[in-house]
Amino acid sequence: MITSRYIKENYVRRLPSAFCPGCGDGQILNAIIRAIDHLKIDRKDVAAVSGIGCSAWIPSPYLRVDSLHTTHGRPIAFATGLKVANPRLKVIVVSGDGDATGIGGNHLLHAARSNVGITVIMVNNGLYAMTGGQVAPTTPHEAKTTTTPYGNPAFSLDVSRVVAAAGASYVARWTTWHMNQLIRSIEKAIMKKGFSFIEVLSQCPTYEGRMLNMDHIQMLEWFKNKFREDADGIYKIGEFVDIEKPELTEELEKMIERVKK
Amino acid sequence: MKAKEIIIDRNLCKGCSICIHVCPKKTLGISEDINEYGLFYPKVEDLASCIVCRLCELYCPDFAIEVVQE
Repeated sequence: MITSRYIKENYVRRLPSAFCPGCGDGQILNAIIRAIDHLKIDRKDVAAVSGIGCSAWIPSPYLRVDSLHTTHGRPIAFATGLKVANPRLKVIVVSGDGDATGIGGNHLLHAARSNVGITVIMVNNGLYAMTGGQVAPTTPHEAKTTTTPYGNPAFSLDVSRVVAAAGASYVARWTTWHMNQLIRSIEKAIMKKGFSFIEVLSQCPTYEGRMLNMDHIQMLEWFKNKFREDADGIYKIGEFVDIEKPELTEELEKMIERVKK
Repeated sequence: MKAKEIIIDRNLCKGCSICIHVCPKKTLGISEDINEYGLFYPKVEDLASCIVCRLCELYCPDFAIEVVQE
């Protein structure tokens, strides 16, 4: 049985965290730790990569595995290099929605296309939270943010469906309310050979909550009631893709063997 | 299953009260005291009603609560 004391002694570098009260990032840290512990993989075989943003603070500095804190939007590019250099590593990228789809959207598409064997956990709170709540590619239509005070005139990007169409091996979407499903999904994603992508809807009480007039408890209730497996569009949760495909580093090794002859 | 003790680390707690919300048996409540950040941390209202489901530990963003089983 995993207890808080066990997690604090074995997996967390330092506490208290810098997250706001009620932020979902702490819950996602909890989920990643529990998934790694359930799989019983050595911490030395895991590497975490993060970019810039609130959610980039989840692996670095709190998660006690080797971690790489990189430039804005580029964690997937760094992680691809890490995986190609050492294919034995389980590389986990934790990135925000602005980081993964706004600044580094092309890296996400091309990592999914080339099917490199990394795991991307995208924490989606619908805006750029660290810089003050500006509009992001994932902000829903007519949602208020700091830079769209009369509502967002544009439409939001359904990231999971885009990544699925780009050719990822595993795609799932959960919220911070669905903790057990999220942990099981992270376990599956880490063990997946190809590119795996998990989108986690997370509550941001400081900016998203202020704009929606909700506190974090109401937002968790909103996740529970509105986000369902039989819903449509961005409110649909669950596993979208779970297939086996040839992986990039394996194909590279095959090519090297072929060229050597 | 019965709980022997529920340990709340009042210096890690940020007073978000998610644990109180997810508790199915209403074992926890908000205390009248504040911690060093000036936040209301949870308190155990009825230890006997705890069924050791550990949902509070699973949902706590700050690893501040721990249920000790009997």
